[in-house]
Amino acid sequence: MSFPLLTATAALPAVGAIATAAVPAERRTAAKWLALLVSLGTLALAAVQLVRFEPGGDRYQLTESHAWIKDFGVRYELGVDGIGVALIALTALLIPFIIVAGWHDADPLETHSSRWRPTQGFFALILAVEAMVVLSFEATDVFLFYILFEAMLIPMYFLIGGFGDRAHEHGDEAAATQRSYAAVKFLLYNLVGGLLMLAAVIGLYVVAGTFSLDEIAAARANGSLDMATNTERLLFLGFFFAFAVKAPLWPLHTWLPNAMGEATAPVAVLITAVVDKVGTFAMLRFCLQLFPEASKWATPVILVLAVISIIYGALLAVGQRDIKRLVAYASISHFGFIVMGIFAMTTQGQSGATLYMVNHGISTAALMLVAGFLISRRGSRLIADYGGVQKVAPLLAGTFLVGGLATLSLPGLAPFVSEFLVLVGTFSRYPAIGVIATLGIVLAALYVLVLYQRTMTGPVKAEVQGMPDLKVRELLVVAPLIAILVFLGVYPKPLTDIVNPAVQHTMSDVHKKDPKPVVEAAQ
Amino acid sequence: MSTATAVHSLWTTAADGKVDKIPAPHIEYAQLAPTLIVVGAAVVGVLIEAFVPRKSRYYAQVFLSVIALAAAFAAVVALAADGYGTTKAHIAAMGAVAVDGPALFLQGTILLASIVAIFTFAERRLDPEAHGSRVDSFAAQAASVPGSDSEQAAVKAGFTTTEVFPLALFAVSGMLVFPAANDLLTLFVALEVFSLPLYLLCALARRKRLMSQEAAVKYFLLGAFSSAFLLFGIALLYGYAGSVQYAAIADVVDGTVQTVDPALAGTMGNDALLLIGGAMLLMGLLFKVGAVPFHMWTPDVYQGAPTPVTGFMAAATKVAAFGALLRLLYVVLPGMRWDWRPVMWGVAIVTMVGGAIVAITQTDIKRLLAYSSIAHAGFILAGVIATNADGISSVLFYLGAYSFVTIGAFACVTLVRDAGGEATHLSKWAGLGRRSPLVAAVFAVFLLAFAGIPLTSGFTGKFAVFKAAAEGGAGPLVVVGVISSAIAAFFYIRVIVLMFFSEPKPDGPTVAVPSPLTMTAIGVGVAVTLVLGVAPQYFLDLAGQAGVFVR
Repeated sequence: MSFPLLTATAALPAVGAIATAAVPAERRTAAKWLALLVSLGTLALAAVQLVRFEPGGDRYQLTESHAWIKDFGVRYELGVDGIGVALIALTALLIPFIIVAGWHDADPLETHSSRWRPTQGFFALILAVEAMVVLSFEATDVFLFYILFEAMLIPMYFLIGGFGDRAHEHGDEAAATQRSYAAVKFLLYNLVGGLLMLAAVIGLYVVAGTFSLDEIAAARANGSLDMATNTERLLFLGFFFAFAVKAPLWPLHTWLPNAMGEATAPVAVLITAVVDKVGTFAMLRFCLQLFPEASKWATPVILVLAVISIIYGALLAVGQRDIKRLVAYASISHFGFIVMGIFAMTTQGQSGATLYMVNHGISTAALMLVAGFLISRRGSRLIADYGGVQKVAPLLAGTFLVGGLATLSLPGLAPFVSEFLVLVGTFSRYPAIGVIATLGIVLAALYVLVLYQRTMTGPVKAEVQGMPDLKVRELLVVAPLIAILVFLGVYPKPLTDIVNPAVQHTMSDVHKKDPKPVVEAAQ
Repeated sequence: MSTATAVHSLWTTAADGKVDKIPAPHIEYAQLAPTLIVVGAAVVGVLIEAFVPRKSRYYAQVFLSVIALAAAFAAVVALAADGYGTTKAHIAAMGAVAVDGPALFLQGTILLASIVAIFTFAERRLDPEAHGSRVDSFAAQAASVPGSDSEQAAVKAGFTTTEVFPLALFAVSGMLVFPAANDLLTLFVALEVFSLPLYLLCALARRKRLMSQEAAVKYFLLGAFSSAFLLFGIALLYGYAGSVQYAAIADVVDGTVQTVDPALAGTMGNDALLLIGGAMLLMGLLFKVGAVPFHMWTPDVYQGAPTPVTGFMAAATKVAAFGALLRLLYVVLPGMRWDWRPVMWGVAIVTMVGGAIVAITQTDIKRLLAYSSIAHAGFILAGVIATNADGISSVLFYLGAYSFVTIGAFACVTLVRDAGGEATHLSKWAGLGRRSPLVAAVFAVFLLAFAGIPLTSGFTGKFAVFKAAAEGGAGPLVVVGVISSAIAAFFYIRVIVLMFFSEPKPDGPTVAVPSPLTMTAIGVGVAVTLVLGVAPQYFLDLAGQAGVFVR
């Protein structure tokens, strides 16, 4: 039996989470280093996955399969396709940055009782989320995926509700109330989505008699599993609703600005760059593969919702006064692009959407983490409290600008490639939708540049005077992220090579071929 | 003239004819061993009260109870290993008691839950010592009026009510028979045997005695009503079928009865007897499981009773009552499932939704758990309605999973205390997670299990019953179930928010350090919760094998 690489990639952070939580109260620093080492180890395993994965090979590779709960027909089945392996790499890449960026976010205050050990808890929870997210990208059993999809809410919930921005909070009751409100809202939205999905999961089992993605997809392909049209549509809606809450898609998005606004910057990155990707990933893997006909049936409505997300998210981002909420609304706009790319049902659209997931993760991480450093210096999330930062902290302002430019998809940075692909892919099948969506790009330029202008340029505000520039620890977080953004912007081929074959599989699942070009290529 | 002779012969024939000897009943003592052991121990417990010096009674009682329950559990395991749960399943004791898979599974569950509950009964470290002697959660002397001189004298003398142990054993013996009862009279006797000690136990709280006694009176009055309904139902069913035996009634209901005498022919056509009788039986049982609209007693009784008793009652009574309900619906009344299924649909829906919605408004942790138990009764009913083999095994599994979570959760409640005893008002739980992270974390695990979050036993159980219901054609019920799960999740999460995200109050409650007894109870609860959540296969198998009723 070969080495269970996929299990190991998820098990390492899971074991690391337990170990971190068990570190004695006074050895805080040891807990941090342990968490960082574990996350780096996971990154190494993810890199091995990338190397071992053969882009042209089987659809699911590195597979593992063991009996688990026989009575429910549940198996512990893992396997990765190109999309999964890319997203696992993204997750494993971002977690070390999140840990380093949040190095001091959970140091206990003097007022805490000695038995309350927030630091150990914070890093253990981050690793627990990583373990579940990685395993959910690997699961090829619907039940296993569902369990992880739901279970990851709990550590996420404690991360949002339990740890706020320390700088401006000092025992602030109102902030604590808002934070627990945001945590509860996050959990309830996602739980309701998840429970509806549970009904659909049970329904799928009753119809198909198995939870194995492979078996169901094969049975659907050879016609031995024939779902009634209405059954398929209802099941599709049950799954899609859960993923649309997670993604999040308008009008189910309202938990995201609260959660990202109240959580610390690293946790906000964890939400939007890592955990939410499970939603869009699951649309590609489960919705399209299990319910191809219903997916096509729902496409028009979903595309409209996606376009509304793009425009609405961007408009609200323009109007925000709070930096973190602005990034949250920008993310909603970007998730609109991802969903649009998936449901445009073209190779370019879906490749673009997958690239978008990866690039959005990196660019949002860069922007949000720098924003977090900024906020921790001044102790305020309001844009109006800043001004002229670039004169006192040029490095901070510069990296913030690069993160922002990546967010608005400047050519030369990674997100440009994916956004372009998504738009081209959408335009080739749905020109009107594609045209409206481009408005989102214009608005993105507006909210990013206005944000930069108001915070970084202009006269130096009194409170900003003497603001220290980025420290070494912070530079270590930001510089590699920017390097990756530039590299993937100039040379995205390694990523597209992995993703494209997987997208071809998905396209054939839904029996869609790319539309013929309007102008035949000149011979 | 001839009629006069006939009537006369009613009391004259016996004198002229040969007197039949009353046949000695044939009782399979070995197969009834679990029940007999517990009853015997309860009787010995009463003797201990009479003859053992007051000082040693507590130790003698705890030792006896635990040994007896463990021995009874061993007997259950031995019977199951002998094949009485599967191939050798049959009806024992002259048709009064069934020895089959569901009966043995539920008896095992009840016994294990009772052992854990007895540990919480025996806890004596939580309350501060009164006049130099350790005290438990029960009144010093039940007979003394609250607040009276005699009560003070009893407390001063260091009295403790060690009668709770034999009472609990009697209750357990009734619960063991209840799901195994195979005729309606045995059912009724078992009901009374386990209910009467419970009424008493409810009244025995050491603190807030008036509330405890009020709870007991309410429970007794409403329980008496439900017993009356049950008895009336039994009478009507007997009138309909001419027998109290489950199998005989089932034959008449199905219409497959072999020998129809004229009297039976006269009543068989009368569906009113069957329908009303069946409905009244169901009412009596639904009262015991706490299903809406027969749930009114639950919050008051759960709140007023001493917390260890609440945990015991919430876990073991529910197991016993659902066992009896399953047997009634699957053995006696499957022939009229087209009549009871719609009704039970309605009951399940209002129970799930009602329990979940009303729980949101609760401010007392014990009342909150009471409404949560109502919502869970609704989820279990969804499995009962499935009317397929999976329905039985999923309900068995759910009951096992649920009872340990419940006892563990109530055991946690006993730990959080202030000057007035247990601090059950929710506002006092604020910031508990900062003050004593371990207790709060454990309680959070129980709450997450109640909420049915994956990787806990609550999820596995919920999935099992919903799957069974969906396969049984109750898809809409599953949708209502998941929606009320979402509503229910809200109030479980509210408690977690309070514990972890609120600042502790300066004059908040303290968490008492329990003795190993309560620690064991809580530890077992956590272990069962996680094992059944992550690796439930063995127990699902067990429930699956146990899922066939003997008829």
